Amino acid sequence: MNDVTIVDARGLSCPAPAVAAKKAMKTQGSGRIEVLVDSGTAQDNVTRLAEGAGWKVTAEDLGGGGCKLTLEK
Amino acid sequence: MTGLKGFFSSRWGPIATGVVVGVLAPILVKLGNPGNMGICAACFTRDIAGALGLHRAGVVQYIRPEIIGFVLGALVASLAAREFRPRTGSSPFIRFFLGMFAMIGALVFLGCPWRAYLRLSGGDWNAIPGIAGLVVGVLIGVVFLKMGFSLGRNRPAPKALGWAMPLLMVVFLAFLIFAPQFGRDAEGAATGPIFFSAKGPGAMYAPLLFSLAVGLLIGILAQRSRFCTIGAIRDLAILRDAYLFWGVVALIVAAAITNLALGQFKPGFADQPVAHTNTLWNFGGMVLAGLAFTLAGGCPGRQLFLSGEGDADAAVFVLGMLGGAFVAHTYSTASSPAGVGAFGPIMVVVGLVFCLVVGLTMRERRT
Repeated sequence: MNDVTIVDARGLSCPAPAVAAKKAMKTQGSGRIEVLVDSGTAQDNVTRLAEGAGWKVTAEDLGGGGCKLTLEK
Repeated sequence: MTGLKGFFSSRWGPIATGVVVGVLAPILVKLGNPGNMGICAACFTRDIAGALGLHRAGVVQYIRPEIIGFVLGALVASLAAREFRPRTGSSPFIRFFLGMFAMIGALVFLGCPWRAYLRLSGGDWNAIPGIAGLVVGVLIGVVFLKMGFSLGRNRPAPKALGWAMPLLMVVFLAFLIFAPQFGRDAEGAATGPIFFSAKGPGAMYAPLLFSLAVGLLIGILAQRSRFCTIGAIRDLAILRDAYLFWGVVALIVAAAITNLALGQFKPGFADQPVAHTNTLWNFGGMVLAGLAFTLAGGCPGRQLFLSGEGDADAAVFVLGMLGGAFVAHTYSTASSPAGVGAFGPIMVVVGLVFCLVVGLTMRERRT
């Protein structure tokens, strides 16, 4: 249950960040996933998909346009 | 700002963008743009290529302010939202050729995905095989994405790189307003480029300021809502996510209603504006375009918006589209209302082979 998966989706074109996050959510099922993104689009897409799948999403600004999304379920 | 941001990242963002495009595009036609071509990222980029002298098809030469507005609108929106982020390094050279072949495919059909939807909503049923081809092209791209296709990661770049594309658009705007003549004929008299069509679709345009304002508005809305006519199909297929899909549905419905209201809805296959009735190559051209757009991560509109928010790889894709316009109208691959070009079908096959090789061989390197 305490597994933490880290998905580094920085610099990837659409739809790769969302696909990678979705894959991690499916593989892990529950627990904690950290997704690193660096575009507003990727942040929006990952957040929407995760919340739609019942995960709680918190965003932490890493500066320089980067952002760490923590997904918990 | 939070409320507005929330609105645009909600499901209503793409829908609002689609409605605005769907209403304004037919109005642009009413005010002078070519039939069912209120907005077309491919045709309009092709017209710009013609105005610059990259091709000499005299009927399709005009600097389209809508395209300039798309980039500058996205620039303004991304600056306001602190999302302007210069970046590059994700296979720009491959993206150039994806842009080129996407353009070549789109000009076999005679329209980008935006215009495919707008043609449908104007009653041009030739758009149906085009959209079917688009869906097939996107689905082939989705297969590659599922197999791990990637053009690699981009990296943050110096600020100046992000400003290059918006600056180029300002130069284009100056060319449009001042119409300089850079050419000299045998007697030394000034001539184009810059070229402006005296007849044909290139001579049909809405008033400059209105077109520019519409472009800016759509650029702003689309940057905020991530509106993408390729992502609409792609995300539904690969993520079961209909966020962008409803934006395209909204576009089609709003445009159909507006066309009906303006008396511009003319159902049928024959005699449609800037269209031909070759079903096979309406389909085939868009398979190529759909696949190339999917491999590059978005539709031509989206590439323009991304280039406005600092994505230099998307800017290279747009330059590839200008290159595609050069090929299409110089090497006889572009269709015309008379039918497909002499080398259109073979070039579509060449483009498909290129995309298949790219799709099968490009993978992200493990670091």
